[in-house]
Amino acid sequence: MAQTTDQRYRVTPVRPQSRQYPFPLNLYQSAVGRKWVMAITGIGLIGFVLVHMVGNLHVYEGPAGMHKYAESLRTLGNGLIPKGAVLWLLRVGLLGMFVLHLHSAITLSRMSGNASENAGRISGAKKYEGGRDHVAATFASRTMRWTGPIIALFLFYHLADLTWGWWLGDAFVPGDPYHNVSTSLGNLPVAVLYVVANVALAWHIFHGAWSMFQSLGVNNPRYNQLRRGLATFLAGLILVGNLSFPILTQAGLINEDKRYCPIGEIEGNACLAEQALDH
Amino acid sequence: MSSGHSETINVTLKVWRQEGPNENGGFEVHQQTISTDASFLEMLDQLNEQLNEVGTEPLAFESDCREGICGTCGVMINGRAHGPQTATATCQLHMREFHDGDEIVVEPFRAAGFPVIRDLAVDRSPLDRIIESGGYISVNTGAASDANLTPVPKAAADMAFDAAACIGCGACVAACPNSAAQLFTSAKIGHLGLLPQGQAERWSRTENMVETMEEFFGSCTNHGECSAACPKEISLDFIAFMNRDYVKAKIKNRALAGQH
Ligand code: SF4
Ligand code: FES
Repeated sequence: MAQTTDQRYRVTPVRPQSRQYPFPLNLYQSAVGRKWVMAITGIGLIGFVLVHMVGNLHVYEGPAGMHKYAESLRTLGNGLIPKGAVLWLLRVGLLGMFVLHLHSAITLSRMSGNASENAGRISGAKKYEGGRDHVAATFASRTMRWTGPIIALFLFYHLADLTWGWWLGDAFVPGDPYHNVSTSLGNLPVAVLYVVANVALAWHIFHGAWSMFQSLGVNNPRYNQLRRGLATFLAGLILVGNLSFPILTQAGLINEDKRYCPIGEIEGNACLAEQALDH
Repeated sequence: MSSGHSETINVTLKVWRQEGPNENGGFEVHQQTISTDASFLEMLDQLNEQLNEVGTEPLAFESDCREGICGTCGVMINGRAHGPQTATATCQLHMREFHDGDEIVVEPFRAAGFPVIRDLAVDRSPLDRIIESGGYISVNTGAASDANLTPVPKAAADMAFDAAACIGCGACVAACPNSAAQLFTSAKIGHLGLLPQGQAERWSRTENMVETMEEFFGSCTNHGECSAACPKEISLDFIAFMNRDYVKAKIKNRALAGQH
């Protein structure tokens, strides 16, 4: 009989347990495991962003330096495997990490939404009608679900811009990244877009690079203080490096005056390649 | 406030009233004149006496020990779980934390895992489900063993004690924008997982408790709101400990670890 009162208020699970897949797939079934995936793919993606930023600093060496850098990416692991293979492997890995990071983010926020929306109230989606006070959460941690999609949209724009050349049309010259960068970022609205997106990226990393330590359970009072510092440093470094490109292009530091070869010089950029050798 | 002597203040209370789990609720406004020496719950008691006198249904809220050790009380006060004072439960909050003329908004702890029973009282039984799923620890029964038979390193004992301070109030869930119960669950996992007595079932306990938690609550994004709201100031370190142990539990060869 005591059961009746229990029954009345028994709380129904928002996410009933399902049958477990074999290891390691079962890790991805749980939210805690999924946060590991987010953290590990996050590390990979931050690594990419760092390498990408550092590599692009070659743009300050002028068209030939940039060309040489772009060419060295294509010839990574040369002699061992066909040209471009390593680059393609990296791209596939990157895409995989990006998809996993995104998928876990979307499913986990849906899970949290189910656990908090409409809570205690039949209508209205707000958790607290009377508003709530945030004490510990930072601006960055609370905007992860905004900065994330901004970065994803920007990524698409950026690939279409400087990899596929959709927006530049005839002005896009495959194999002459210096020309493409200076043309695209020379356009003020585009430069502003790059600035906004990279600020979002830095915010995202500011929380993410700290949060991943918690998700992975990397926690030791001896160095816990360093975790915040590292996240701030990474976010700052990426912010400064990446913002320099649109800003300095606008300032006239990246422009075609530095060029000795005609834009998009013929077959295989022979002139650029030669200049690069002299460099 | 710090002058040490009491005064009487007037506050406007905006309290959540809801007749049952499936009813729509809303705020009700009441004026209260109260001594700053009164506790927050005494103020609600006073309100209920007044409501009784005029024959209206009193406000439902929970409390038991009224000294911060049982975890029964707990409401959202001006958007903060357990109110503005840190490291205290609602029952330990006093009216001296407020000023004459303040408006005080009082809402129940909210989460899908904490359905409202009535007014400010919520059903926190999913926390019990998590504890249940943790199961038992193996101890020898029979004659009482000698004291200090099991050596416990001081550091581990201290840490386990910190975790064991959790009173299961649910403020962590209420304060969390994701309605995640990570702080509570990790405190429970931590206090057994750190002690020698908890080692035999360490991995299965972690697995079961985490998976039960995920049935009812959201996913942690490391905001840290839980720890800031926690009356016992449970540390986020326990969440990291739980996250590490959960994945270890999945990977571990338990037969060779001699643990379950
Ligand atoms: S961890 Fe703190 S806030 Fe959460 S239930 Fe335990 S005592 Fe309450
Ligand atoms: S009534 Fe026991 S903790 Fe508040």
